[in-house]
Amino acid sequence: MNTFDAVRSALETLRASPLRSALTMLGIVIGVAAVIAMVAVGSGARDQVLRQIASLGTNLVLVGQGSIQRGGVRLGAGTAASMTEDDAVAIVREIPEARIAAPYVRWGLQVVAGNQNWQTTLYGITPDFVEARDWNIPAGRSLSDEDVAQANKVILLGQTVVNSLFGGGDPVGETVRIGSSPFTVIGVLGGKGQNTSGQDQDDVVFVPLSTAKRNIPKMAKSNPRFVHAMVIKMAEGADMDEAQRQLKELLRQRHRLAPTQEDDFWMRNLSEVAATRDASARALSFLLAAVAAVSLLVGGIGIMNIMLVSVTERTREIGLRLAVGARQRDILMQFLIESTTLSVIGAAVGVLVGVAAAILVARLAGWPTLIEPDSIVLAVGVSGVVGVFFGLYPARRASTLNPIEALRHE
Amino acid sequence: MPSDAGPSDGPLIKVQDLRRTYLMGAERVAALGGVSMSVQRGEFIAVMGPSGSGKSTFMNMLGCLDQPDSGSYCLEGEEVSRLGSDELAAIRNRLIGFVFQSFNLLPRLDAVANVALPMIYAGVDRATRMSRATEALAQIGLAGRTHHRPSQLSGGQQQRVAIARALVNRPSLLLADEPTGALDTRTTAEIMGLFQQLNRQGITVVLVTHEPDVAAYAGRVLTFRDGHLIDDHRQRPLEAVA
Repeated sequence: MNTFDAVRSALETLRASPLRSALTMLGIVIGVAAVIAMVAVGSGARDQVLRQIASLGTNLVLVGQGSIQRGGVRLGAGTAASMTEDDAVAIVREIPEARIAAPYVRWGLQVVAGNQNWQTTLYGITPDFVEARDWNIPAGRSLSDEDVAQANKVILLGQTVVNSLFGGGDPVGETVRIGSSPFTVIGVLGGKGQNTSGQDQDDVVFVPLSTAKRNIPKMAKSNPRFVHAMVIKMAEGADMDEAQRQLKELLRQRHRLAPTQEDDFWMRNLSEVAATRDASARALSFLLAAVAAVSLLVGGIGIMNIMLVSVTERTREIGLRLAVGARQRDILMQFLIESTTLSVIGAAVGVLVGVAAAILVARLAGWPTLIEPDSIVLAVGVSGVVGVFFGLYPARRASTLNPIEALRHE
Repeated sequence: MPSDAGPSDGPLIKVQDLRRTYLMGAERVAALGGVSMSVQRGEFIAVMGPSGSGKSTFMNMLGCLDQPDSGSYCLEGEEVSRLGSDELAAIRNRLIGFVFQSFNLLPRLDAVANVALPMIYAGVDRATRMSRATEALAQIGLAGRTHHRPSQLSGGQQQRVAIARALVNRPSLLLADEPTGALDTRTTAEIMGLFQQLNRQGITVVLVTHEPDVAAYAGRVLTFRDGHLIDDHRQRPLEAVA
């Protein structure tokens, strides 16, 4: 019996009991569809995280003013007022791996343009900040050193702010007000999307550090060199752990902390945060795929179950086929091809359902999904193997039947 | 349609001291206790005997479905009693046609596909299978029923399809196990007439029955009892009324 005849015969057999065949395939359909859809959801999540990591800029360390302790009571982040612009200068000077140390102040406030207003976060920065965070300036220009030196009333707007205040129109050259001070828009920041915590990174405005300190009343502090935090960009391929250790030592020294005292600053490695999130997204992906794979296995058991029933039901047929000249391996192949045909057709339908489900999830739930061609190949391959594996036992049972007993079977 | 294969001078079947014992639980049951006989080409033989007499075991041996514990079975001059299962399958496919009491047609296949079944295992290509099966159906008078399913055919018609299937690989031996057991008297006569007609065309027929009326159509009657061949006589066959 050649393979073509065998497949044809298998299809005829499966068509003879369409409901049963369909129900048997359903297990594989669900299994394959689940693998594809789940992997798509997992990959989508990971892809999003990876893009966020890219948007953060690499090799970045954030250092900010910490809390101070008074008599055992910790007074919350930012109460220490410990960081200064001089720290930033010292960092670049003292730590060999530190390329940029960009100090900044940040404050939540309202920005007004014409009759529109928008609550956003203002950053008082130096040009280094734009470079350290890899911001693009698609329209207009960035801040210059002059802007900082002369405390010019110029402002860069994030995409979200542009959309809110100018409805997406070109704001360069327009004026926005913060409190009573007018600022000239000199440029627009490129979009970065959400960060790993789900915050909108485009909902920001940048002004020169000096301007922020001078013009924004709440920013006035006792120490004119005071900053909230700084972004430190390390050299490409730098040992981040070592660099952070040096950074910590330097700051403790500069802030004259005794060995018993706690740090008066906090330090965060952005790529560390992102890597953790990537790892958890990866784990989620893996978990989803594993659950889906289990359903493929269950589908395989369903096939085995039905094939065993089929062998019992068709015992006389097997006896007859043996009597008219089928060899054991002809019978083995017949049942193997039937089970494999079931699983392969099931897999084909499963691919369609899985892809459709991934698209639907993306549309309806708004989750990012990414259909992985690998997952399709894998799912179809695995279900083929499942068909052979779970078909093998029933097929062996069929092929080793004694023809005389099989012919007598009621 | 006698087969051209094999030496045509010797007997078609020659069995010597054929023995077969089954284990029924702890008990050994001798189904065949040393049977010797031979069959010439073109004979029409009825095998009779009560149930448990060994006639079914004997038929299974002749059909290469079962193998003897000892003794020899030569089919067309070839010793087949020690062959492996693949070789036996090939012999069943090439030299033997089976007809059963319950027809054993595959219900989901139409008549022509049922008839074509043995040719699948002979490696015949699909077009040839279909044309030869159609031809075989026409020969036994079912030309108009090629695409009927077994359930759409009467018992007699189903048995005719089964006979066509048994003949389609042009075997030298037709083995029929109670072929009329499920048929009424009139149909029985028709089917027996068909066997006689095929026999006249040269095919050797061995038929198991417990009905003397059916055995009457054969030219030679073997009677089994308790695993032994106790009677072997020739007779003038009853002519079926066409």
